[in-house]
Amino acid sequence: MPSANWTRATLALQLLAIDPALGGMRVRARSGPVRDQLMQWVDPNARKLHPAISDDALFGGLDLSATLATGHVVQEQGLLATPGALILTMAERVSTALAARLALTLDRSKIHSLIALDEGTAPDEMLNPKLAERLAFDADLSDIGIHDTGPSECPDLAAAQHRLPTVTHDPDILLQIATIAAQCGIDSVRAPLFTLRAALAHAALSGHVSVTSADLEIACALTLAHRATQFPDTPAEEVPEPDAPPADTRSDRDDPNTPDLPDDLLLDAVKALLPDNLLERLAAQKARKGRGNGTGAARKGNRRGRPLSSRAGKICDGARIDIISTLRAAAPLQTIRKHASGRDGLHIRPADIRLKRFEERSDRLLIFAVDASGSAALSRLAEAKGAVELLLAQAYARRDHVALVAFRGTKAELLLPPTRSLVQTKRRLAALPGGGGTPLAAGMVTAFDQATQARRRGLTPTIAILTDGRANIALDGTANRKLAATDAQHIARVLRSQGIDALVIDTGNRPEPALRALAATLNAPYLPLPRADAQRLSQSVAAVLGD
Amino acid sequence: MTPFPFSAIVGQDEMKQAMILTAIDASIGGVLVFGDRGTGKSTAVRALAALLPPINAIKGCPVNSERAENVPDWAMLDTKALHETPTPVVDLPLGATEDRVTGALDIEKALTKGEKAFQPGLLARANRGYLYIDEVNLLEDHIVDLLLDVAQSGENVVEREGLSIRHPARFVLVGSGNPEEGELRPQLLDRFGLSVEVASPKDIATRVEVMKRRDAFENDNAAFMLRWQAEDAAIRDRILTARKALTRLTTPEKALHDVAALCLALGSDGLRGELTLLKAARAFAAWRDDTALTRAHIRAAAPMALRHRLRRDPLDEAGSGTRVIRVVEEVLA
Repeated sequence: MPSANWTRATLALQLLAIDPALGGMRVRARSGPVRDQLMQWVDPNARKLHPAISDDALFGGLDLSATLATGHVVQEQGLLATPGALILTMAERVSTALAARLALTLDRSKIHSLIALDEGTAPDEMLNPKLAERLAFDADLSDIGIHDTGPSECPDLAAAQHRLPTVTHDPDILLQIATIAAQCGIDSVRAPLFTLRAALAHAALSGHVSVTSADLEIACALTLAHRATQFPDTPAEEVPEPDAPPADTRSDRDDPNTPDLPDDLLLDAVKALLPDNLLERLAAQKARKGRGNGTGAARKGNRRGRPLSSRAGKICDGARIDIISTLRAAAPLQTIRKHASGRDGLHIRPADIRLKRFEERSDRLLIFAVDASGSAALSRLAEAKGAVELLLAQAYARRDHVALVAFRGTKAELLLPPTRSLVQTKRRLAALPGGGGTPLAAGMVTAFDQATQARRRGLTPTIAILTDGRANIALDGTANRKLAATDAQHIARVLRSQGIDALVIDTGNRPEPALRALAATLNAPYLPLPRADAQRLSQSVAAVLGD
Repeated sequence: MTPFPFSAIVGQDEMKQAMILTAIDASIGGVLVFGDRGTGKSTAVRALAALLPPINAIKGCPVNSERAENVPDWAMLDTKALHETPTPVVDLPLGATEDRVTGALDIEKALTKGEKAFQPGLLARANRGYLYIDEVNLLEDHIVDLLLDVAQSGENVVEREGLSIRHPARFVLVGSGNPEEGELRPQLLDRFGLSVEVASPKDIATRVEVMKRRDAFENDNAAFMLRWQAEDAAIRDRILTARKALTRLTTPEKALHDVAALCLALGSDGLRGELTLLKAARAFAAWRDDTALTRAHIRAAAPMALRHRLRRDPLDEAGSGTRVIRVVEEVLA
């Protein structure tokens, strides 16, 4: 007996075959018999894309070998030139650039449908949201075993496709769809459009002349459930809508012509599919904001990369030809080729083409935000300085940059701008004054500024905060313990939302609960290190940073 | 498929207004649209092309020159015939290579004929028109550097692989993106004249209207286009009228004072803020068919001209748009 989940997935694929303008479907499943079984429903002529596909392969381009062979320009046809289904494997690894291109294709032409096979295992490893937004359906097959799948008996899709343009719909269902989408907290207007299309396609599939309540119910369940951002428990009238003016639409709801199907039924169809851990998942998604997707760490260098020796390769988009090496490779063979072809001029064959290569590596910036206030200031600063110097001593091997921010009195100060120079560091850090209050928030703001600047230059910043945690100076410089703590928490949230990695080191004699809370807000490791010396400090930092 | 008509976009008035202002006065310097997914950003930009009045250009000129002396010699053009052509709106895809943006050695010709020829890139095609970058905040750094330089100088210089080519590249930058996915460098941000923030419509009536129009666009295309293309044409005519009105518009000394006081109070970096605000306010006045610049125009143009020029305050969660409006209320009270 096929499970409900499975039936929905196969139904979605059928609707997609009827109306490709539905965009596509994300299938979250590991590769295996279940997924293979599902793929039997997809058009066997569907073409496969992979995350590293080049623009030439997608959009077409110059066919170099044919051009060279025939002597005139031959264009190659891209995968997107012909209509049909596309299967995107390893969809969780799609780069933003490819996602943008595919999104553009789906937006512009309504002839392609995309099946994105998302094999992500971790919750934050998933299809690029930009692309997911443009796919009407979503199926999670992780919990389905092979015994849950059903036989593949395919209804007559061609006939349904033929019927599709004649299917009509009651204009009132637009209001119903919009209401349900609003109740589920779906902001995008693409979602309700997909619902309408899916309802039309389902009506065509079941041979209805006009969209029935059953069609609409299934369409809502298929297109809206996975996009929901809130439980639609509260009736629409009470859903808080901060920006909306008191809409005059509400009155329409009591209209005597309200369609035959109460919204509740539709809503139940969606609600039944909402995962129990919806809120947790949303929280996880929020935490991910500003970070990358599952494509792996970006290898952005602050220098344009070290040139490596060129190598033989095919011209594709993004590659630069090393003309000199190409000519050098072709040169010895010129006479032979001239004799063979009887043609004058330069003879270059595909095998001669050499491409330039660059190696780029991301550098790391470690920003120490050090508490230079009060009693323990002098020793703490000394140890921080020691740790900075120890870390810098290994900088050449580890490609780290280091910056030092000290906060005391009422404000924070950038003592050492990001640098790799040990000499400069020693000179700058020679005299460091201490004493005064603890403006933790100000220190974090300065560190944050450095981090954003560094990120723009292609560095990967990490902030290490060294303090004993009793913030007592607020951002505006007043001595207000409570406000100071609120400010620190606030900046911590900003840091987290920007996805900047951090590390909180508590140098107090006893662990400070306020600091632990701060670390939790930052989503950062918390290290209580009373009486830490420079050696232990640099070791702990290195251990947390993971190398 | 023809793009969705500009005038049929429901709501998003600020975004539409900003685009119309740059169409009236191209020297305002472009629009940046930031917002969530599915709010009609890309739809609006793609619809913009249909809205722009056509330009006169020499037939076959790779940089759309209007006068024969401006046609670059590498184009090797022998005709001087002018023809009317739509204002170019060129898409700069993410991950476009440097070669494709600036132009490079024409590999086809180099390989097949052994000739050294220049193949113009996107910047050449965008000259005298619009350059649209979707997901501008995800653009690679080296492409951004290149764009900044060209947008500054209005000229594209290509020195590579034995070629030495320069050609004019004056274009209006239009960018869109989702701020959650990445930030824009302040230098690039500054190059955009206007910036708008769009959000999904929250009330159900608007959303129903969006669905209705989209449905009609897809299923009853001919009738839908007939109706809305007429509206688009009306906007186009109004843009042309406004362009003429702009030359007659008077700018009182008092308005200049207001603009300067506003920018000072907001602490926007540099003088670009003042200049853009003035231009935008003037274009807005021309659009409204008024004869003199007043405070009402400045007030309307201030948020979009200044929003992105403020120093970021990590503690202000309200967003810079609200800050601008607050200061405008104080200064122009």
